[in-house]
Amino acid sequence: MNKPIRRVAFIAMIMFGLLLANGTYMMIFRQSSLAAQPQNRRVRDAEFAQNRGAILAAGKTEIAKTVPAKDRFKYQRVYPDGELYAAITGFYSYDRASSGLERTYNAQLAGTDDALFVRRLVDLATNRSPEGASVQTTIVPKIQKAAADALGSQKGAVVALDPKTGAVLAMVTSPTFDPNDIASHDIESAGKAYDRLASNSQHPLSNRAAREIYPPGSTFKLVTAAAALADGKTPDSMVDSPDRLKLPRTRVFLPNSTNCGGTKITITQALKVSCNTAFANLGLDVGEDKLREQAQLFGFDRRHLPDLGGGASQFPDKLNDAQLALSAIGQYDVAASPLQMAMVSAAIANDGVLMDPYVVSTVRSQDLKPIQTHEPQQLSTAMTPEHAKELQQMMGVVVSEGTGHNAQIPGVEVGGKTGTAQSDPKRKPFAWFTSFAPLDDPAIAVAVIVEDADIPRNDIAGGRLAAPIARAVMEAAL
Amino acid sequence: MRVVAPVTVVPRKRRGVELALMIFALGLTLGAYALVDINVTGELSSAFPYVAGICTLLAALTHIAVRWRIPYADPVILPCVILLNGLGLVMIHRIDLINDPPLNGARQQLIWTAIGVLMFILVVAWLNDHRPLQRFTYTIGLAGIVLLLLPLVPGLGTEKFGAQIWIHIGPYSFQPAEAAKVLLAIAFASYLVEKRDVLALAGYRILGIDLPRARDLGPILVMWLISLAILVWQRDLGTSLLFFGLFVMMLYVATERAGWAVLGTLLFAAGAYFGYLNFSHVRARVGAWLDPFSNFDLYYQVINAQFGMAWGGLLGTGLGLGRPGLTPLARSDFIAAAIGEELGMTGLMAVVMIYGLIVARGLRVALQCREPFGKLLATGLSFAFALQVFTIIGGVTRLLPLTGLTTPFMSQGGSSLVCNWIVAGLLLVISHQVRKPAATVAPINPDVEQTQLVKAGA
Repeated sequence: MNKPIRRVAFIAMIMFGLLLANGTYMMIFRQSSLAAQPQNRRVRDAEFAQNRGAILAAGKTEIAKTVPAKDRFKYQRVYPDGELYAAITGFYSYDRASSGLERTYNAQLAGTDDALFVRRLVDLATNRSPEGASVQTTIVPKIQKAAADALGSQKGAVVALDPKTGAVLAMVTSPTFDPNDIASHDIESAGKAYDRLASNSQHPLSNRAAREIYPPGSTFKLVTAAAALADGKTPDSMVDSPDRLKLPRTRVFLPNSTNCGGTKITITQALKVSCNTAFANLGLDVGEDKLREQAQLFGFDRRHLPDLGGGASQFPDKLNDAQLALSAIGQYDVAASPLQMAMVSAAIANDGVLMDPYVVSTVRSQDLKPIQTHEPQQLSTAMTPEHAKELQQMMGVVVSEGTGHNAQIPGVEVGGKTGTAQSDPKRKPFAWFTSFAPLDDPAIAVAVIVEDADIPRNDIAGGRLAAPIARAVMEAAL
Repeated sequence: MRVVAPVTVVPRKRRGVELALMIFALGLTLGAYALVDINVTGELSSAFPYVAGICTLLAALTHIAVRWRIPYADPVILPCVILLNGLGLVMIHRIDLINDPPLNGARQQLIWTAIGVLMFILVVAWLNDHRPLQRFTYTIGLAGIVLLLLPLVPGLGTEKFGAQIWIHIGPYSFQPAEAAKVLLAIAFASYLVEKRDVLALAGYRILGIDLPRARDLGPILVMWLISLAILVWQRDLGTSLLFFGLFVMMLYVATERAGWAVLGTLLFAAGAYFGYLNFSHVRARVGAWLDPFSNFDLYYQVINAQFGMAWGGLLGTGLGLGRPGLTPLARSDFIAAAIGEELGMTGLMAVVMIYGLIVARGLRVALQCREPFGKLLATGLSFAFALQVFTIIGGVTRLLPLTGLTTPFMSQGGSSLVCNWIVAGLLLVISHQVRKPAATVAPINPDVEQTQLVKAGA
């Protein structure tokens, strides 16, 4: 009977071998994904009880910090001025996950990032309680505050960029929320607070500035103008600007919402009064491909600011002439985030060079040693410097003499463009304004959107509602 | 002509080695127990001296019994058993401390350990030889099958966590499968020793494998039906696998016909597939195994065991410093997950290796044994032990679908602990019978002996 017993022994050996191999497999291939599961209470509790690093705005203002707590977790996450910075910090909750920088920089803030490995070992050896790294943002509290105050309780968003670097100087989205409610150690009330916000019809948790896309309306005429300049036109080239334009191969007429000042006007004039028919004609002239190419050079069809989950703005495909004419004035299926429209202004202001927008400049370990630094990066050259300068002047005219006069700042030359867009005839229009200042040496580019603008649909909406907000933001920066 | 002195090989008893290993196992257990106390409460509990005293006393009793009645027994098995039992006790104590006020699981387990040790001593001292068991083949076999099917008796069996493998008498609950495992291993061994010549006769030959004759299929079909009954009504794939696997393996060893093993494997595969198709509880177990995250609430336990082991990582959080309480049933079915969390994958693998050592020593006894009943019994007990460890630890670590088997010597529960102590006792008894020198006869010296004169017949 010894032969079968030896075989049985061999089978038993295989069984034990499988147990050991499976354990090894689990440690190597399953461990990290298991630890990353949001339902993993062990990991979550440990993280929640950790001395998480701070999130800072410019000037070392703490916009998220950790203070000692006296309940079952050792530390409490606190957001001084939580509502003001919610769009950037996001929230950090026990069982409703996290958002914003709290989510994207979780490993660094919690101190579990690989770059902090040596630090962790030292902490372990010296029995110090480990501390996460701090995240330095580019947000300037003064500008952020000005933007929030100017927008007030209106639904909408404001984005301010440094055109030369791409740094996000301010990002406000309204209505906002207080992340302190969701970070509460009273897990139940925190969960309820989150659920209330998540089911709110005004969507306070969504980042309107970077994630949401809207029809850009007339602000898109900047892109069309840039494409026309690249196509060989000059600011003084004449364009047909009939009172109404019959859209090719349709029975639909595109009207002007303002008086264009003639049936054949310069491009400068067309931009100044935001003449629909002139820009529709320009779009038809330039053609679909060149218009799309220009839009993409400004950053359309790509995601930006991944740190805050930025979405991609869209320029539609396969257009017929009627659709092309509508797209050229920012209607039909063109959709852009406020961040994207700020990037358009920023690229024009930066002599045609589009900088990659970013919000985190440095990550520092607790001994203040930088472990991650962002260097400004060029995304593309959207325009030649000459064309950019021409367009800057044209935008200057829009503010000094045209629809954007509400953005005028005494003593500073400002360039801008208004916009009003309607996604649905039954909805109230969106009021847009995008601008930069000063004209000769731009320091800030801004985009503002106000949803549900409560005035009749015309091009003045952007100028009347959004331009003053942009002006307040620019004033704060200068 | 050189006269070669007759060589009598007297095996070494190795009781000293056993004692040293036992002291090591005991030290490890008590050290771990103290560590749990210190890590959780910051101080040694007042009960610690008693626990230490009782553990030491029980270990000493087993050692004395072995030294006295079975001095030639295998020296490794007993220390391994003591270490596993001790570690189980430590983990149960650790999980007791999660509750406030602490539960008394460890105290109960210690009482059951004492009963287990008592049964072990009875087997060692009173039974002392496994061969008389051969006389009660059918009585033991019947008792085993009755015990196995007992949970199906209405009013007696209770359903726990979907599986009906428990019986309740008054305040006591009992998992009869454990006792049935021992009884059936004995019954199978003696039955097969009797019938193996007949069962070894070859029938048809397919693909180079001799299949048994059709008329000999009776026993295997009966066992198959019983294990299917367990699967269908007791809803436990593990118990079903354990018994059918035990029977088929012993049949194969007894007859040396691979055909039996092939046939048995096919029958079991068919039964398991049938179960998968027809029973939601089997499907749920398979679902939890293949993709636990498809339903977090339903597969909560398996998922949390995974989380625990991932949290423990390679070296574990340290005794008393993990959170094994987050996994339901951490003290019984999922004690391996608690070990994996606090002692790490390294600790869990060490435990698996200790089980492996017991199995290896048991199979070694089987190989050395010279009579078929002892051989078959030792193989059966060792293999059932291996299969049980493989199924439950494999289930907890998601190598296999989870089943309701206990982790031998470790999970909380009296029936399992006592029965496994009996298994350990039986293995030691067999090993003693195998290794003890044959009764010594006065050496024969033909020169000295007088030649007997035999009167030739007329």
